[in-house]
Amino acid sequence: MSIEVNGKEVEWIKNENIKDLLKRMKYTFPLIIVKINDKIIPRPEFSNVTVPNNSKIAVIHMISGG
Amino acid sequence: MNKLKSEKIKKRLKTSSVGIAGLGGLGSNAAIALARAGIGRLVLIDFDIVEESNLTRQYYFLDQIGKPKTLALNDNIKKINPKIKIDLYNEKLEKDSMEKRFIDVDVIIEALDSAEIKTAFVEEILTKLPDKPIVAASGVAGYGHSDRITTKQLGNLYMCYDEHAPSCDDDVLMAPRVALIANWQANLVLEILLGEDK
Repeated sequence: MSIEVNGKEVEWIKNENIKDLLKRMKYTFPLIIVKINDKIIPRPEFSNVTVPNNSKIAVIHMISGG
Repeated sequence: MNKLKSEKIKKRLKTSSVGIAGLGGLGSNAAIALARAGIGRLVLIDFDIVEESNLTRQYYFLDQIGKPKTLALNDNIKKINPKIKIDLYNEKLEKDSMEKRFIDVDVIIEALDSAEIKTAFVEEILTKLPDKPIVAASGVAGYGHSDRITTKQLGNLYMCYDEHAPSCDDDVLMAPRVALIANWQANLVLEILLGEDK
């Protein structure tokens, strides 16, 4: 029972949504892009979408500057 | 030099198009690199004018201060390669229609400044043009730490990424690192268009 977050194996928790996972991972950046199994999850869905077991999650954050 | 290889590359790039969102430190330098490499068509978008403070890192000149960045960059590219086709849009990217100028390009470069707009743009492109490769950058501020920059690929999203870099709100923007990442983006675009260099 595990998931992969940015290449790291992490315990899977039943019914955990993305918002809670980000909190658990201590990803506190306000501007991030989340993909679950290569599908992008829009920000308003973070508290509605639960993380499936065995899924691969990618979290990247954007920093100002260009 | 491998003549066959260079002819093949030339031909492929000449028929390719790249869209660049934002013509600051990232966008202006990436556009110049791609123009020199022989890209056939560029789509350039920015709403800003050239300011004196931009000259520390952006590809503009003193006598262009006050000019729209689109027109100034067009002039600079044409001095290098007059044959390249350039579509200029002197406009702000509007939420919910950010993808509209990029529908027919082969690859998109995200070269915007604030984290909010960068995120909104990448999200919109990934959602509305899911088959389009997009090359984004995050973590350009400061100097040094070249080795911390990596390429991250998530499906069609390619990130030139330094996750430990500070925000430009707290740090300086300087030519070497900004141009390094801009050229990193341009280099990635070539790899996407031509396939891995083996």
